[in-house]
Amino acid sequence: MNLHALSTIPVVEPVAADGVFSLLWLVIALPLAGAVILLAGGPLARGALDKWGHLIGTAFPVGSFLLSVVLFVTMLGRGEEERQVGQDLFTWFRTGSFDVGLDLLYDPLSSLFLLLITGVGSLIHVYSIGYMEHDPRRRRFFGYLNLFVAAMLMLVLSANYVGLFLGWEGVGLASYLLIGFWQHKHSAAAAAKKAFVINRVGDVGLSLAIALLFVTFGTTSFAEISAVSGEASESTMTAVGVLLLLAACGKSAQVPLQAWLLDAMEGPTPVSALIHAATMVTAGVYLVVRSNFIFELAPHAQTAVVVVATITLLWGAVIGCAKDDIKKALAGSTMSQIGYMMLAAGLGVAGYPFAIFHLLTHGFFKANMFLGAGSVMHAMNDDVDMRHYGALQKAVPVTFLTFAMGYLAIIGFPGFSGFWSKDKIIETALADNLLVGLCALLGAGVTAFYMTRLMLLTFVTDKRWAKGVHPHESPKVMTVPLIVLAALSVLGGVLLIGDWIVEFLAPVVGEEAHHEPPLAPIVITLLAVAVVAVGVAVAWFSIGTKRVPREAPQDVSFVTRAARADIYGDAINEGLVVAPGRRLVGGLTTLDRHGVDGAVEGGALAVSGLSGQFRRIQNGFVRSYALSVLGGTLLVVLALLAVNYS
Amino acid sequence: MTQYVVLSAILFSIGSIGVLTRRNAIVVFMCVELMLNACNLALVAFAKQHGNLDGQVAAFFVMVVAAAEVVVGLAIIMTIFRTRRSASVDDASLLKY
Repeated sequence: MNLHALSTIPVVEPVAADGVFSLLWLVIALPLAGAVILLAGGPLARGALDKWGHLIGTAFPVGSFLLSVVLFVTMLGRGEEERQVGQDLFTWFRTGSFDVGLDLLYDPLSSLFLLLITGVGSLIHVYSIGYMEHDPRRRRFFGYLNLFVAAMLMLVLSANYVGLFLGWEGVGLASYLLIGFWQHKHSAAAAAKKAFVINRVGDVGLSLAIALLFVTFGTTSFAEISAVSGEASESTMTAVGVLLLLAACGKSAQVPLQAWLLDAMEGPTPVSALIHAATMVTAGVYLVVRSNFIFELAPHAQTAVVVVATITLLWGAVIGCAKDDIKKALAGSTMSQIGYMMLAAGLGVAGYPFAIFHLLTHGFFKANMFLGAGSVMHAMNDDVDMRHYGALQKAVPVTFLTFAMGYLAIIGFPGFSGFWSKDKIIETALADNLLVGLCALLGAGVTAFYMTRLMLLTFVTDKRWAKGVHPHESPKVMTVPLIVLAALSVLGGVLLIGDWIVEFLAPVVGEEAHHEPPLAPIVITLLAVAVVAVGVAVAWFSIGTKRVPREAPQDVSFVTRAARADIYGDAINEGLVVAPGRRLVGGLTTLDRHGVDGAVEGGALAVSGLSGQFRRIQNGFVRSYALSVLGGTLLVVLALLAVNYS
Repeated sequence: MTQYVVLSAILFSIGSIGVLTRRNAIVVFMCVELMLNACNLALVAFAKQHGNLDGQVAAFFVMVVAAAEVVVGLAIIMTIFRTRRSASVDDASLLKY
């Protein structure tokens, strides 16, 4: 499967932070400070914070973004060997030989994440100013957003797995708070709980992986593990890799832990954009790429990653085809696109840079489209059913144009950012395994189909608006982030000029020794474009040329019904986990009630009954006491005699 | 020698049977004394046999204890008889009344 396992794995060797890099901790501290001020400062200055909280909450991530840009530019000015910068803040805890510091690591990989998280995150904050304008709990919303960004920054900046776990859990907490932000809606509260619980499953994997790493290497720091990772046995590495994959599945909504992502659409739309583009779901991809020194030594774990990713990219794409809820269609699309990233990450050295590349471009166009969807919902009185849209391109021209840029990017229209990144992944996949490559190619076609369907249903076709809906363009504060993101969606491909991103990430993930695609790259590209064209054409002829009913038709094929039901993801969970779990708990309760309680209570009853019998001996008659004394004495004497004469 | 020990055993048996079978507290009491004195007899006999004074000293102690016991026991029997007009030990099967 993996041809590159023998290529050298780069060792993480950070140099001490100096100059502007000594401010690295501020990148995390700024949004964290924002979260603390907005969430804990409520009782002190409620009036001022309610009035200005959204501006404060936006200023901190923007500051963090500016700092990230400065750091990035400074790093570009340095030589390649000095680009990994470590900052050890303080000893977090130390018990026995387990010594964990709150250490930060800034390298090309985390630098790109920093720019994505703070950049796209800031744009989403700006957008939220408009989107959440009339929400009475806006201050709290921005506090949670800041917490989300801070946790994600902690995740990508930590220099060891324990710090990463801190950020990992922080992201989980913030997503729970934000998905359930409108907690008065039962569905939102349930979705938040679902996301939290499913993420816990993945977290078990991560904590076990960390424990296993510590047992094996005696440390959790990336630098120390990467230096000696070759010394561990392959089976250990495979176990760690599979556990890390489980963790990544939970956070990145990969099959089989994907069920929370579609329900997570219950959160406010900027939250969906944040979860899908800048934070949260990208964490799994980051984890796999960051742990390259483990996966490179565990080919079986890499195969598992590829299999999971391939299943997910088709699974998500099929779901995206059948959803009428615009946000859920986009959520299915995210699953599918994250599947592409995981696929690239599972392909090893050849794929890591493209996983990150696709992650960045996806961050741009998916944030763009989610915010665009929010803008459409804003115009349609928060209706999310695409069957109630239609012909919106005139009503919301800016949203339409920006959304179209995201659309062209995601389907891989030549020249747009998604074209470059997805094409590279398909090419790498084909070079590695024909079947996986063809699945990726098929996924591209399905992506083109469902995105075209979404575009047609929303912006083209005929008007199917509900009564009393008067679509209007969103305010500037919402459209400007859309325009910026649309520009990034178009231009994201520049990162690939001269294989810049491959060389840039080489110090972290290594550089592949050889690369021989089965077909010439240009043929693969043409093939991909052709498949995309077919997907678009199918969508056009099946939807664009027909009248779209306002109600979803019920006499549909089995496949459509399955896709509408998230390919029975919930039913599978219910059948395989929830129902057996309930039965197990029911059995244990019965066992406890009748077995354990029975033994304890039966014991007590027996003692009590026996006491009742013994009580009768105490009858008060002196002569019976005298008899027992005599009998006892005789027994003692006989025993003594028996001992003496035996 | 054997006769002394046999006599002591017979006396002890008579005493214990009396304690177990008679109801009158005074008779029970007398039987107890009989048992004690059977023990004394055995002690003195063994002391004579072994040629030391340990058994005789023990017999004195038994006598002292028996005397003290008689004082307390008779007092109790007297009190019981006064309250219940009966000296039967079976009537005194409850701690109160």
